[in-house]
Amino acid sequence: MNRHLLSMRDLSAEDVVRILDTAESFREVGTRVIKKVPALRGRTVVNLFYENSTRTRISFELAAKRLSADVINFSTTGSSVAKGESLKDTALTLQAMGADAIVIRHASSGAPHRLTTWVRGHVLNAGDGTHEHPTQALLDLYTLRERLGRLEGLRVAIVGDVLHSRVARSLSFGLVTMGSEVTLVGPPTLIPPEALAWGVQIDHDLDAVLPKLDVCYLLRVQTERQRLEYVPSIREYARRYGLTSARVAMLPDEAIVMHPGPMNRGVEIDSDVADLPRSVMEAQVTNGIAVRMALLYLLLGAGGEEG
Amino acid sequence: MSAEVMDASDIRRALTRIAHEILERNGGPEEVVLVGIAQRGDELARRLAERIREIEGVEVPVGVLDITLYRDDIGMSAEAPELHETRIPFDVSERTVVLVDDVLFTGRTVRAAMDALTDLGRPRRIQLAVLVDRGHRELPIRPDFVGKNVPTGRRAQVRVLVEEVDGRDAVVVQEA
Amino acid sequence: MSAPAWLLRGARVVDPAQGRDEPLDVLVRGGVVAEVGVGLDAAGATVLDVAGALLAPGLVDLHAHLREPGEEHKETIATGTRAAAAGGYTAVAAMANTSPVSDRAAVVRAVRELAEATGACDVFPVGAITKGQQGETLAEIGELVEAGVRLLSDDGRCVASARVLRNALTYARAFAEPVVIADHAEDPDLVEGGQMHEGVHSVALGLAGRPAEAEEVIVARDLAIARMTGGRLHLCHLSSARAVELVRRAKQEGIRVSAEVTPHHLTFTDEDLRDYDTNLKVNPPLRTAEDREALRDALVDGTIDAVATDHAPHAVEEKEVEFDRAPPGTIGLETALAVVLTELVAPGRIDLLRAIDALSTTPARILGASEHGGPIAPGRPANLVVVDPEASWVVEPPFVSKARNAAFLGRRLRGRVVHTLLRGRPTVLDGKVVA
Repeated sequence: MNRHLLSMRDLSAEDVVRILDTAESFREVGTRVIKKVPALRGRTVVNLFYENSTRTRISFELAAKRLSADVINFSTTGSSVAKGESLKDTALTLQAMGADAIVIRHASSGAPHRLTTWVRGHVLNAGDGTHEHPTQALLDLYTLRERLGRLEGLRVAIVGDVLHSRVARSLSFGLVTMGSEVTLVGPPTLIPPEALAWGVQIDHDLDAVLPKLDVCYLLRVQTERQRLEYVPSIREYARRYGLTSARVAMLPDEAIVMHPGPMNRGVEIDSDVADLPRSVMEAQVTNGIAVRMALLYLLLGAGGEEG
Repeated sequence: MSAEVMDASDIRRALTRIAHEILERNGGPEEVVLVGIAQRGDELARRLAERIREIEGVEVPVGVLDITLYRDDIGMSAEAPELHETRIPFDVSERTVVLVDDVLFTGRTVRAAMDALTDLGRPRRIQLAVLVDRGHRELPIRPDFVGKNVPTGRRAQVRVLVEEVDGRDAVVVQEA
Repeated sequence: MSAPAWLLRGARVVDPAQGRDEPLDVLVRGGVVAEVGVGLDAAGATVLDVAGALLAPGLVDLHAHLREPGEEHKETIATGTRAAAAGGYTAVAAMANTSPVSDRAAVVRAVRELAEATGACDVFPVGAITKGQQGETLAEIGELVEAGVRLLSDDGRCVASARVLRNALTYARAFAEPVVIADHAEDPDLVEGGQMHEGVHSVALGLAGRPAEAEEVIVARDLAIARMTGGRLHLCHLSSARAVELVRRAKQEGIRVSAEVTPHHLTFTDEDLRDYDTNLKVNPPLRTAEDREALRDALVDGTIDAVATDHAPHAVEEKEVEFDRAPPGTIGLETALAVVLTELVAPGRIDLLRAIDALSTTPARILGASEHGGPIAPGRPANLVVVDPEASWVVEPPFVSKARNAAFLGRRLRGRVVHTLLRGRPTVLDGKVVA
């Protein structure tokens, strides 16, 4: 493994298996009365979140704490960042304070890459712009393997705004690496044809795809105004690509439904569908902690040579 | 240059003796649970349980403990140490836990194992059984039950081979 | 004070203006070339032994951002022209997007006076096409031409309005001097928010794209308007295969158009952005390997007339930011010649005469810089460059330019400027800037 986690494209199938297997051990730790192990005692992990994401931040925070690392949550509102401090200067400050790892969430694609050119510590990408969200993809792979017993040959549809989705990128790269068959589904304005280069297929007709799936993965619909130029309306999107009860009935019996959260009930997923047993969103959240523990352990538990 | 210091029958006899000693020390098998330290220690723990069943006709619970996350050298080698399974399907509280390991050397593994064990519950007492004690302790730890004392050089390698993993039973010392 | 006399002995003289490529001595006296021939007598001149080196007319850049006035923290005329001299240039066209914009004679004169006082090469101020480069009202082009401007550009911005461009190309025909309208050909609407070439890599990197079609549609439009008006059009920094093809056909048709390409577009592709290196963020963006090949072909066959640097210095802190926050541009004056020698001449992609032609003779003609670009002949101003074609070096700070944002940072290049003479005076001597 590299010394940073920036992109799913940096991980081989062997790396992914190692991460998932390690996460499995941490799942066991999560079932103990004392859910904490001393593995990363004395290490400092900084959560540097330029975008609000309570879920991801808490998940990383719990993961680091269960490994006995010290955790600092560097909030960008009301801090030096709000006063105009650059990402580089913030990073150098955190480094000077002894951060062994920086977990970064940022609205700019590639911000974690930029960070690695300025700091010596490990950098973990917790979501960068419209680029990638590798820890989400890994927890999704973990959940899939746990639920369906394998990754190879799984037929997965990723439905929604692929163009602007970091989850779609990371998950597509990871699934293709592991030998799954991925179909990206959505309106042509939101599915760039260049994505074919990822080794996936593209379809614009969700109803035609549903009967052939093991997994239907729904992306969150972004409702910011600048995204709305790509579809006539949210209503029309939901009509054509929302997972309704009627559409769920078209899925094979064993197929599962996934969503990275937070969900827009009634838009990309009907409320009834979200609460079905085949919807595994809660498992995704639980597994997120174990997967992030595995990543912190594998990165910080490796020798401290400069990369 | 390597020498076989124990063969299959030596190991069998040593485990049988340790089983007797465990029973004798604890006045029977009732309070005893065996926890092997992964890897190799868990296999030895299973064999000890088998001997105890042969002697007393009682099944003592056997668990396996991975102490990797409690090691004091994480971050010191190029890759993070690989994790193994921890499976202790019983409560260790108020029991006599006999930790089982293949080789006792610096004592650091046993220190980690005791920390791990106390995170899982509060045993009444912890005892230590090892197949080989090779000396060179770095911590104030001593075994309760020893298969064989094997004096070694500081840099020698002592390897316990078990049938299930290595295809045969033996203890081999490789001098540096 | 008269310039000293120099005898440049034994270099391979590469002089596109005369189609000459042979070993000759060149005697420089009184700021002009006194004699060119074999076995010349020094006759009191200082002898520079340049055997094995190349001797060419000083290079001419059609496209440099010297940033002064207004953005002296990035570059000044003093530092920018020294960077130019270090790269073998004796003349540069200084782009008009300064602060204030070079849209009136007063700014043009100020730039020229600064250049005369502090510069290390000749500076040809470019005038804006529209007032404040706002794309709306024509600048007072007549006043600019009277002040000596021959090249007009709103570079950095495309002339978005076809009507404005039509008027500029038409109006510019009013003058006895040929006045060139240079456009930054990227449709502003299609590239809105774009960070890099739109394609496989932008999609995978999650960066908004600037499609090649944004260049294609503007080049097609500009060529149609050039045909319609008979005006003289120049296309800045072409980057895409289809745009090149449009220019090729337009030239066959007789449309009055010229075009330039940058060293970075001749070298890099969009794939090189995989690590989000902000020094490779340029507009128009680096495109595909096919586009790069088309640009090279076009430079060889003359569809693209000139190599221009688009030298765009930025302060360190401006580039050391998130990719989408970094301003576009790379410095290029110190590396352009070596890049062309390394990437194109050494592998045999282009012959040396054409390379020098594209770096000097042709841009001098487009710019109306009659003292530059050769021929290297008796009586001509001694604007010359001597290059060691074998010298191998790594692009790294310190630079002569005030800036460090070099796309070629860390690359090994072959070919280094030894001497640059501006009207017979060395601006670079033995590899050191002396102006």
